Formats: sequence, structure tokens, C-alpha cells
Amino acid sequence: MSAAAPVANKKARSFTAPSVIPGFRATFGFTIFYLSLVVLFPLSLLIFRASSLGLSGLYGIAVEPRVAAALRTSFFISFAAAAIDVVFGLITAWVLTRYEFPGRRFLDAIVDLPFALPTAVAGIALAALYAPNGWLGEPLADYDIKIAYTRWGILVALVFVGLPFVVRTVQPLLAEIDAELEEASATLGASRAQTVWRVLLPPILPALLTGFALAFARSVGEYGSVIFIAGNLAYISEIAPLLIIVKLEQFDYAGATGIATIMLAISFSVLLAINLIQAWSQKRFGHV
Amino acid sequence: MEIRIERVEKDFGDYPALRDVNLTIAPGELVALLGPSGSGKTTLLRAIAGLSNPDRGRILFDSEDATTLSVQERRVGFVFQNYALFKHLTVADNIAYGLKVRPRRSRPSRAEIAARAAELLEFVQLDGLGARYPAQLSGGQRQRVALARALAIEPRVLLLDEPFGALDARVRKDLRRWLREVHRQTGLTTVFVTHDQDEAMELADRVVVLDKGRIEQIGTPDELYDRPASPFVLSFVGEALALPVQVADGKVIFQGKELHVSSENLRNGPARVYFRPADIALHGGQIGALEGRVEAVRRTAAGLRASISIPGYDQTVEVDTVDRAGTTLGSSVPLSLNNVRIFSTAAEETLGDGAGI
Repeated sequence: MSAAAPVANKKARSFTAPSVIPGFRATFGFTIFYLSLVVLFPLSLLIFRASSLGLSGLYGIAVEPRVAAALRTSFFISFAAAAIDVVFGLITAWVLTRYEFPGRRFLDAIVDLPFALPTAVAGIALAALYAPNGWLGEPLADYDIKIAYTRWGILVALVFVGLPFVVRTVQPLLAEIDAELEEASATLGASRAQTVWRVLLPPILPALLTGFALAFARSVGEYGSVIFIAGNLAYISEIAPLLIIVKLEQFDYAGATGIATIMLAISFSVLLAINLIQAWSQKRFGHV
Repeated sequence: MEIRIERVEKDFGDYPALRDVNLTIAPGELVALLGPSGSGKTTLLRAIAGLSNPDRGRILFDSEDATTLSVQERRVGFVFQNYALFKHLTVADNIAYGLKVRPRRSRPSRAEIAARAAELLEFVQLDGLGARYPAQLSGGQRQRVALARALAIEPRVLLLDEPFGALDARVRKDLRRWLREVHRQTGLTTVFVTHDQDEAMELADRVVVLDKGRIEQIGTPDELYDRPASPFVLSFVGEALALPVQVADGKVIFQGKELHVSSENLRNGPARVYFRPADIALHGGQIGALEGRVEAVRRTAAGLRASISIPGYDQTVEVDTVDRAGTTLGSSVPLSLNNVRIFSTAAEETLGDGAGI
């Protein structure tokens, strides 16, 4: 993959439209170099390692019941968490951009906390809160609801870490929407709900999808916060990244790379799909 | 439909945006709200539309109290200065929007909506552009789409907020003429806001001049030009010059000499004599002792234009003449004024500041 850089550079003149802004060669070269060194090189090593397994070997790992369960847990719960984040993130961004109220800036800053906190800290805090003897866990236990040490716990942790991604991608777009558009919609007879649905949501759909993709990607890779609250029961609440660590600890390097490669492939296809949908929605709704 | 505005007032914090506004707009009339920025003209228009409610007073649509109606219920066509088109919808969908959001039982069928949108596109002379997005249109075209969208709901009144404000001069001129035509064809009671007095005078049947939240004068363009009710109207509607004078016992004194200007109903004290640039001429007349000094003379197509300074007045006055001999540079010339108007200077503004002696 890294061999692409010099080739691309040589062809730069022909595959870009002529531009008066100088610096294409330098910045493009740097981008390719940097991406290769930091992203593509480690990943290609991973694929190189996994290639010794062969496709049949990978398939063998994927259908191992414990691995399959962990992959399902990781991807389905990440998807659900990202979906929940889209709803709550949108509402949060809405409140932060549309209204002036005391403490708005403070609330705005709080949104970023999941970014800044070591996720293990968040995981321990959540576990303590939702444990059967915790502040929230105890009253919930009275209704026979168990959060900590179940899949619900994973969901709670992933919603927590993914929220800022949605808020931060949607916020600038929401802030840009002119109040006159809402007024125009109202004078044309649209109810408030119709205005939200037909006027406000379509332009921010691409940003919502981006936020979803980011939150999903983050959730799939999330490790620290989840392992403290999940309970990590094999077949039930064990996530794929944890299983990789488990394999590593058992010196099953091939198994670990195998799972990692499968995760990489699934993540890549999901993100690619989201990007395609987003490109379509940009074309459909993004006329500015 | 008739719009009646009764004692409407609105405050923005401590700042009174509208003060005791009374206005009746006849059915089918085309009325301009004219004033400088901050005069309350847009606030008044938005109050009629229901986009903001007055703090006091009522707005009646025919005999129905509109102040209790929501924006949606008022059925007003509102055109925004910056068009406020929905960028993610095509032109045709923008126009059809008001029909599509109707509750199911009063909503026309899909085919009827499409037909109505096409008809309106033709009406605003944009046929064939229905599939485009607003970003692909010019400013003038967008404004037409905005108007078509407002007309689609069959509004009871048409309200336009600085409809041509964001357009360049040539397009603006075309659209003005066109709006007049739209008004004639639809027969809708139409109110538009503008800060451009030419636009107000050219388009409107009647012009409402606002300043600082108060109506200064309501009248036809003729009335505003010929019988301005206040110094504000006089200087806002067309160019006007103002000589600072003193009124004493029925006499009008400028620079220590009497001007023969009628001063009835004026209290003693500082006042200003207003006149239009066209109403000053270069010969002695009945007005009395007004003299100026020729500062410059230029040739124009019709004759000569002299710049004349008047002692005691800080601006030079441009006067057209054909008399080359009478306008040698630096010479003193007698001036005559026609159609002057005199208003007492309000107590708070003393003679010195605005007029500058």
C-alpha cells in the first residue's frame, strides 16, 4: 500500500484539476506518507499476519461459538448505542444551539467529558452506579432490572462514549439553520412537528449519519469502559476486543489476529456503507 | 381583505419598537411601510403576520381579531428578505410546500398540487425550472420562487419584508414593475417594507412613513412629496435642505435678516426652513434677503450648474441656471426659494448642532 505514494505523486499533475493554490504536492505527499505510516502500515501488518491463516482459517475462527457470540455482541450493541446517541445527541445539540439559558456553556463543556476521561474511569464509575448495590442499580433491582454485568451495561457504556461524536457533528449545522426558515414554514401553515420533520431535519441528515458512523466506530473499538461494567461472561457479555486480549494472554496470536482482521473487515464495510448513504444524502439534501 | 391595526405597541426590552400605531389598509390596497432601520417597519409587518405579537393593541383581519390567531391560522403570504427558501427541496417542492403540509382532509391530491405548482411557476415566469434547487437560481429568480411559494397557499394578504433588498439595482427595477403587475392580477391586499423611498413611491398606493416606532405620516406619494407632515418626512422622502432660522413675533430671521416666509402657528424660538434643491433659483424674489456666493460653476447638458454657499449654512447648494454672466466665480448672488416649509426645532435639538452656523 505504501508504494502508492510515489506513483500518486508523479501523476499528481494529471489527476488533479489545475489549481492556483500552491502546495498540493507537499500536502498530498505528507498525507499519504502519514496515513501509510500511522494507519495503513500497522493495518497491513495485521492483514499480513492474518494471511497465514488463510480464508478458511479466518472462517474457522469466525464461526467458533465464543468468537461469533463476541462479534455479535460487539457489533449489534455498538449499532444500537450509536442509534441511541443519534437521538439523544440531536436533542442535546438542539438545546445547546437553539436556546439561551443560564449554564449553557457549562453544559456545552460537559458534553466533551467522555472524550477527555480515561474510559476505564468512566467504566468503573458506571459499574459502581449500576451495580446491584449502586445508587441506580439498587432501585432498578427492585424492579428486576439488571444493568451492570449484562449486555445492558455494555449498551450504557457505549452510549456514554459515543454521545459527543453526534453532538459535535450536528451542532455546527443546527446553528447554521436560519430561524427565518422555521418562520417561513409556519407562515405556510406547517405545524411545529412538520417544520422539524420537513425543514430542520433533512439538511442535518448527512451530519447525523457522520455522527452515527463516528459513534459506531468508536463503540466497536471501545474497551476500557466496557470491561468494567460488562461482567465479561463468555457467550453473553463478552466483547470482541476483550476476546482478543484473552487470546493474547493465552499466547494464541493467530486467533487474536484472526478476530482483529474480522473486526476490521466488518467495521470497514459498515463505515463504507454509511459513507455511501451519506454521500447520497448529501446529494439529495445538501444543496446549499 | 382589510387589515386594521389599532393602538399597537411593542417593546424590545426598554426600547419601544412600536408606539401607538393605528393604520387601516383597505382591501386590495398596495401599501409600503417606509422608514430608516430601527424605525419599527419590519416589527409592524411581523406583527401583522403573527411572527411576533404586539404587547398592546389589536390587529383585525376584516372584523376578525387576528391577534388571537396563530401564524398558521392567519394564512398570510410572507416573503422574506433573504428568500428563506428550503435549500433541500426543489423549486417545485418549495412552492408546493404549503399545500403538502395541509391536514389530510383539506389537502389537494398529488396531481392537483403538482398542477398548482406548475401553474404558479408559469405565473412567476420560471416555467421549466421546477426541478432545480434554489442554489442553482439567481437572486431574482429565488425571490420569485419565494413569492410563488407564498401565493400557493392562497393567502388572505401578501406581506413582503424588504423584498428587493438583496438584489442589484437592475434586477430590482424589473422586479418592482413585475410586483406591481402581480398585485394587479391577484388583487391581494399587499404590504411591503422598504427603506428605499424611491421604491415606496414608485410602487405603493399609499406609503406609511415610520420613525422610531411611530407613524410619522400616512399618505399617497403625492401627499408625502407635496404636504409632508413633519421635518422627518420631508427629509426622508426626497432630498431637502434646511436653513436654521429664528422665529420672533411672526418674523422669520436668518442671519440677522428677515425672510418673507409665512410663519403662522409657529412659536417663537429656533426653527428651520426646509426646501427642495429644485426649489431654489438664482434671482432675487419675494423671499427677501437670502444671498449666496458662487463657489464653482460646471457645464451641464442643459446649461450651467452653480455650487453656491450660503453664509450661515454649512452645505453648498447646487443651482441650475443658464445665466453665465450672473455666475462669475466668487460673486454674490441673490437667491429665491419656492415651496418652503418651516417647522419649529424641537426643544432638545438646539440650533447649533445639526445645522451648524
